[in-house]
Amino acid sequence: MREEKNKDRRQFDWVLLFLVLFLAVFGLVLLYSTSAYNGRVKFHDPAYYFKKQLFATLLGLAGLYLVSRLDYHWLAKFSPGLYLMSLGLSLAVLFVGEEINGSKRWLSLGPLSFQPAEFAKVAVILLLSWYVSQRARKTVGLLFMVKVMLLILPIVGLVGTNNLSTAIIILGIGVLTIFVSNPKYVQFVGIGGAGIAFVAVFLSLESYRLERLAIWKNPEAYEKGFQTIQGLYAIGSGGIFGRGLGSSMQKLGFVPEAQNDMIFSIICEELGLTGAVLLMLVFGLLLWRLMVLATHAPDLLGSLICGGIMGHMAMQVILNIAVVTNTIPNTGITLPFVSYGGTSVLFLLGEMGLALSVSRREKR
Amino acid sequence: MRRNKTYNKKKVLVIFLACAGMLLGLAGRLLYLMVYRSDYYAQKADDLHQRERDIKAARGKIIDANGTVLAANKTVCTISVIHSQITDPEAVVDMLVKELGITEETARKRVEKVSSIERVKTNVEKEVGDRIRAYHLDGVKVDEDFRRYYPYGSLASKVLGFTGGDNQGIIGLEVKYEEVLEGINGKILTTTDARGVELDGVGESRVEPVAGYNLHISLDRNIQLYAQQEALRVMEEKQAQRVSILLMNPQNGEIYACVNVPEFDLNDPFTLNTGEDTTGLTEKEKQDLLNQMWRNPCINDTYEPGSTFKIITMSAGLEEGVVSLGDTFNCGGYRIVDDRRIHCHKRTGHGTETFLQGAENSCNPVFIDVGMRLGVDNYYKYFKQFGLLNKTGIDLPGEASTIMHKKEDIGNVELATISFGQSFQITPIQLATTVSSLINGGRRVTPHFGVEVRDDDGTLIETLEYGDVGGVVSEETSETVRYILEHVVSEGSGKNAAIEGYTIGGKTATSQTLPRSANRYISSFIGFAPAENPTVLGLCVIHDPQGVYYGGTIAAPVIRRIFENVLPYLGIEKAETPQEDKTVD
Repeated sequence: MREEKNKDRRQFDWVLLFLVLFLAVFGLVLLYSTSAYNGRVKFHDPAYYFKKQLFATLLGLAGLYLVSRLDYHWLAKFSPGLYLMSLGLSLAVLFVGEEINGSKRWLSLGPLSFQPAEFAKVAVILLLSWYVSQRARKTVGLLFMVKVMLLILPIVGLVGTNNLSTAIIILGIGVLTIFVSNPKYVQFVGIGGAGIAFVAVFLSLESYRLERLAIWKNPEAYEKGFQTIQGLYAIGSGGIFGRGLGSSMQKLGFVPEAQNDMIFSIICEELGLTGAVLLMLVFGLLLWRLMVLATHAPDLLGSLICGGIMGHMAMQVILNIAVVTNTIPNTGITLPFVSYGGTSVLFLLGEMGLALSVSRREKR
Repeated sequence: MRRNKTYNKKKVLVIFLACAGMLLGLAGRLLYLMVYRSDYYAQKADDLHQRERDIKAARGKIIDANGTVLAANKTVCTISVIHSQITDPEAVVDMLVKELGITEETARKRVEKVSSIERVKTNVEKEVGDRIRAYHLDGVKVDEDFRRYYPYGSLASKVLGFTGGDNQGIIGLEVKYEEVLEGINGKILTTTDARGVELDGVGESRVEPVAGYNLHISLDRNIQLYAQQEALRVMEEKQAQRVSILLMNPQNGEIYACVNVPEFDLNDPFTLNTGEDTTGLTEKEKQDLLNQMWRNPCINDTYEPGSTFKIITMSAGLEEGVVSLGDTFNCGGYRIVDDRRIHCHKRTGHGTETFLQGAENSCNPVFIDVGMRLGVDNYYKYFKQFGLLNKTGIDLPGEASTIMHKKEDIGNVELATISFGQSFQITPIQLATTVSSLINGGRRVTPHFGVEVRDDDGTLIETLEYGDVGGVVSEETSETVRYILEHVVSEGSGKNAAIEGYTIGGKTATSQTLPRSANRYISSFIGFAPAENPTVLGLCVIHDPQGVYYGGTIAAPVIRRIFENVLPYLGIEKAETPQEDKTVD
């Protein structure tokens, strides 16, 4: 597939760029389709959410271009600073954050609002990649793992106070980075087991979390299963070819805030199994490109950056779809590029720019 | 700066493969949800989105032989409330109480019920509906639909029938022709969003109602009205319990009039026509009284036909060849059958008489003799052959069956009484239909009202066909029967039915109802004209008249008066002389 005309020439990954652009455009179209009703009802403007998302996407594309032109080695040097900044912003949210839908996750700057947790994810990817690749010593022992974890613990704690799902993703990025930088496999089975045990204890500590499990098993029996069951109605209504773009019924207030976490269910309803699986395929291709970039990166830093981005993307896509299809208990994770969220799309595009920047240094 | 080692690459690959595997698993989950569980979830979702509202189809009209509308529609309103859209419940409750005259408790219950749409009241007058609409209250819905309206009130009430709350036929033609008249209700599948707000254009499906077809019937409002006047007159004169009059065309079974006085008001069918106070009655007693009022005695009730049934005995005897016009009989005022003495209505006897004279006199012994000559087997055979054991198949619901002895139970006494129309029961429509077939040349016709089904533009949809069964009696027998019955009117007991210039055939009857000790009678007369080629047959049955109760005295004049008007109305010319008739031929 890849033509190797010139071994020395550093190739820009046009396939990745194309996939990203496709997802950005596709995401905007679906976001408009899904959010038009809520926009009309709440803000008397069907394009309300679309406009905001479009603005963020354009900003993100500019960011993508800019970041892709930069040398990621140079950028990585700033990662401790960026990380500290994300800590500061996350801390600020605790005090001056804006509450939307019952969650305090946003910082308001005039008409713009900013979600520090999204920034934190990129900062953590960069920081860990930089930290690991800077280390002269081995990255094997338990001590190394503990150090990495301690490094990201502040941000996990800060983000976790109001956005558990993102905190878990940040934790996941940490685990994946350790996994990639460690040649062993067996000890990770132990870590996996410990993780599962931790989750079990964590869940049983508070009864509302167990209730969540009960809802997951039988969402129709619980009032709180409403969102899940509405999502399932939407998915089921889609059938093989869907109702057609724009024809979702469930987005009309039945699936609450359909443009957010549950947007995939509306995609299923409108585009059917065909559209949904095709979208998953595009995400799969994106992951594949990131995997290829990670394996072809000229150094560990580039590899870890691309690997981290891939892990981040994969976790969000998989967890989101798993939640929407009620494969796992409900937790709020957005679908990259598609769910509404300006900060999210901005930093996702930035991450992609980072990956493209690595691709420019790639040796083939 | 560390190098990107092979194990690093491998690990990334492992992560990728794990993720790809999970994505594949999720795709499988989607396949399950969207293919195997699709119907289940889609159905649930549809139930959630759709608020189904019926658009009532206009019910077809019932139109008489002249094109006069006997049953039509009038616009009425249905008032509903939509819980989720109500913004000012108090105002809605107040309005409902004020405009609909319901109690506050009822109104509040409807308004506060959490449901997608709650019907408050149906059949509300259009003016009230318009007033309610003018309040412009959120969450109050005024839907127009149709209510049955009968322009002539009680005219032919027991024939036409009426409709219930959902515009469905309850009795009469309204129920018999339900499928023709009802039309197909339209539907507004108002797809709503989660707030219950109907969506314009978005996913809304509207199924237009299809108006019911009009039913054109043979009943003629003018004849019906005239017959009703005559029925009311004789009912009043004779202080009778009730009077039924049937007018039909014996050639094809079309019914021109079917009067059963007292009738009831079709526009108010749940109020007793007797003016009886129903406040002290239980629901069941009230319903029984209503059911009684709604009955059509011509079709739903049987009676002992009495002497009019001699037409059947006569026909059977003539057809079997056991009697002819010239046969002589002797009436000593009674016949002894086995050990029973059966009286003639003339206790002193009619003396020696021919069969024709016996018929003119309506002499019981003559017809007992004819019955005896036929024997049980033959009599039963003709009873069956004439169609008396079957229902007539009239297009009205609830036709009663003939109540007849079992063949093996018929002894001489029973045979004798059957011969002059006693000890069994048939419906008036059965008698009229059987006599029609005996005088029309031997074709059993199906009595009916429905003639055609047309749409509202007048386009013919269906011509209603009713089968005739020939060979009931021979043409000769039929001619002889007409001849005899013409003489009954011109020379005999039916002379009160005679009209100058018309040849009328007919037979009177006076029967005592059971129990005999009550001394209650049914007077009746069946007549037809013109006698040679009858196109109108009339039957008048008077239940429990006071004073003189002979059919020839009180029932025959009713038919005469009706014929006097109806024959010219139907274009049947007076025949001055038979010769003129022939030249016309």
